[in-house]
Amino acid sequence: MNAAETPFEFFTVSYLTKIGNQSAGNLEELLTGLEQCSDASIFHHTFQTLSAHHFLTEGFSNDFAQWALVDANRDALAEQFAALDIRDYTSIAALREDLCRVLRDFITENPAFGQQEALDRFYFCESVEVTAPFSLTATNLDQFRDGMGAISHASFHFHFVTSRLRLQLRTNDFSYWLADSLGLTNLAETINRIDIYTNTLDSARSKMLRLLDRERRKHEHSASPQPNPA
Amino acid sequence: MSTLQVPSRIPLDDYSPVIGAGEVTELRTLAKPLAGRSVVMINSTAVGGGVAEILNRLLPLAEELGLNIRWEVMTGGEDFFEVTKSFHNALHGAPYHSEPSHFEIYRAYTEKNAKRLPLDAEFAVIHDPQPAGLIGHRQSGKNHWIWRCHIDLSHPNAAVWNFLANFVPRYDAAVFSSPEFARQLPIPQYLFHPAIDPLSEKNRELPPEFILDVLARYNIDHLRPILTQISRFDRLKDPVGVIRAYRIVRRYFDCQLVLAGGSASDDPEGAAVLKEAQQAAAGDPDIKLLELPAWAPLEVNALQRASTIVMQKSLREGFGLTVSEALWKKKPVVASAVGGIPTQIIHKHTGLLSHSVEGTAYQIRFLLSHPEIAGRLGEQGHMHVKENFLITQNLKRYLTLFLKLSAPC
Repeated sequence: MNAAETPFEFFTVSYLTKIGNQSAGNLEELLTGLEQCSDASIFHHTFQTLSAHHFLTEGFSNDFAQWALVDANRDALAEQFAALDIRDYTSIAALREDLCRVLRDFITENPAFGQQEALDRFYFCESVEVTAPFSLTATNLDQFRDGMGAISHASFHFHFVTSRLRLQLRTNDFSYWLADSLGLTNLAETINRIDIYTNTLDSARSKMLRLLDRERRKHEHSASPQPNPA
Repeated sequence: MSTLQVPSRIPLDDYSPVIGAGEVTELRTLAKPLAGRSVVMINSTAVGGGVAEILNRLLPLAEELGLNIRWEVMTGGEDFFEVTKSFHNALHGAPYHSEPSHFEIYRAYTEKNAKRLPLDAEFAVIHDPQPAGLIGHRQSGKNHWIWRCHIDLSHPNAAVWNFLANFVPRYDAAVFSSPEFARQLPIPQYLFHPAIDPLSEKNRELPPEFILDVLARYNIDHLRPILTQISRFDRLKDPVGVIRAYRIVRRYFDCQLVLAGGSASDDPEGAAVLKEAQQAAAGDPDIKLLELPAWAPLEVNALQRASTIVMQKSLREGFGLTVSEALWKKKPVVASAVGGIPTQIIHKHTGLLSHSVEGTAYQIRFLLSHPEIAGRLGEQGHMHVKENFLITQNLKRYLTLFLKLSAPC
């Protein structure tokens, strides 16, 4: 089996939630907040919240959608917020732009709802990130598989979901390394297609482990001695 | 002042089957740079109350991870604790008549404690308003001071908050249990959720026969639905509202209500509230008002596990960890949308929120009619607690905060 020149280094991440100074009591205030809040705040209410609520595999997408549904009582807006898939974004700026566009369009079409008081306020928070190496590295598929089985939820989410913002590519750290360092492009693409919205972090990882095991069996099979035709 | 004995420890590895081996490795990874570094936690009570309960579980784990951590308790006379109790209530929004002597008493006990408490740890975590004034005795600019406020400051009495505002901005960071509890401050404010320990007596698995035994002891029928609220007898927990909601449900379902809280015998207000609840419950043998002993974790655990639905119909709430306790036991929960409860109850995902007696009754009827939905809410509630409200998560947040504060800018 191939060995990579550049090892895969597993990291873990921990986030502090920093409470911001902005809050919104209606849709117009939410729009102002969305336009003005930090990138770390957009990240917190979309990427980070998906990790914190990964066990909800239906009906939860991001904090804005949840607030629109439960507190502002605007189902149609909630649906549009929820339809924004963070995997489509490689920058927070682009995600912010779409969040603002969705809300601006909704208020334009429904001006009566813009200043309608919500049941509870939306509080803008930020994620403050601390990363640390997991002391796990892999240079081949076997080691990579072992590492995958040993990491935490946060580490998995860091490499599989938020990596898009670091790489600025529509892929993830795992797929990028498997393709770039081991040349396993098909495996990398299949892994990248695992749906993080309809899977928990555990079930997404289990699927990935099954794919890795299948790939390893394939390599074992091709490396085993062929029967002598004589 | 007394230095507390570190309570009997549960090894960190015992949490692996509960939270996963990867999560335990992660804690060890985050703690590595903090090994040997000193932390002091200071609060005002060694027993009773949620803060002491959390510190009891947190300290042994932090110590196992190599932190040089200690827990100190502020001491004071009756006058000090009367003042700080009135401050506590005033910060929660209760009426308060400002008296200069209160502030003098607070300052005097702060001085006394500052002389005895070791305040030179690299990280000093000061819990709640009682010891907040100790920041005035910070010994060097190199250590990090954190104010951990566990109470709801969303509508504080102005006089008390203005007094505390002399101290709070001098900390390096403040930590609150909900964003709505935070204030406009010039220092960073972070969100830490309180936490439960899944391996404590209050939350660990129990043998079914023990649960049945507890039900028999209190004359509760295990064959009919049981609605439960575990809370002290306090008007803010709205026990009479709970009974009114039960009576509406009772028109449609043959169910029982259990209202269980600590003894009200040494609390005049609690005794009055219990009496009101007894009057509201009069004539209905299916309403059980239980005054549990001050510390009865196994009984509380058993009652929660035996419940069909757990209620938390509070009018005001700090965080409401009894909600997390019930969710951890996979119970469907119907709770008021106040304080920290909506953080735990994501409506229609991990439980149901309500805003009135009638709404509470309606949500209970809905769940009794749809046990499969009740089951799903309970399962998802359990996962929510596992991800966000366990003591190991709390520990992770502290480690992260210490790493962040000590990182070079």
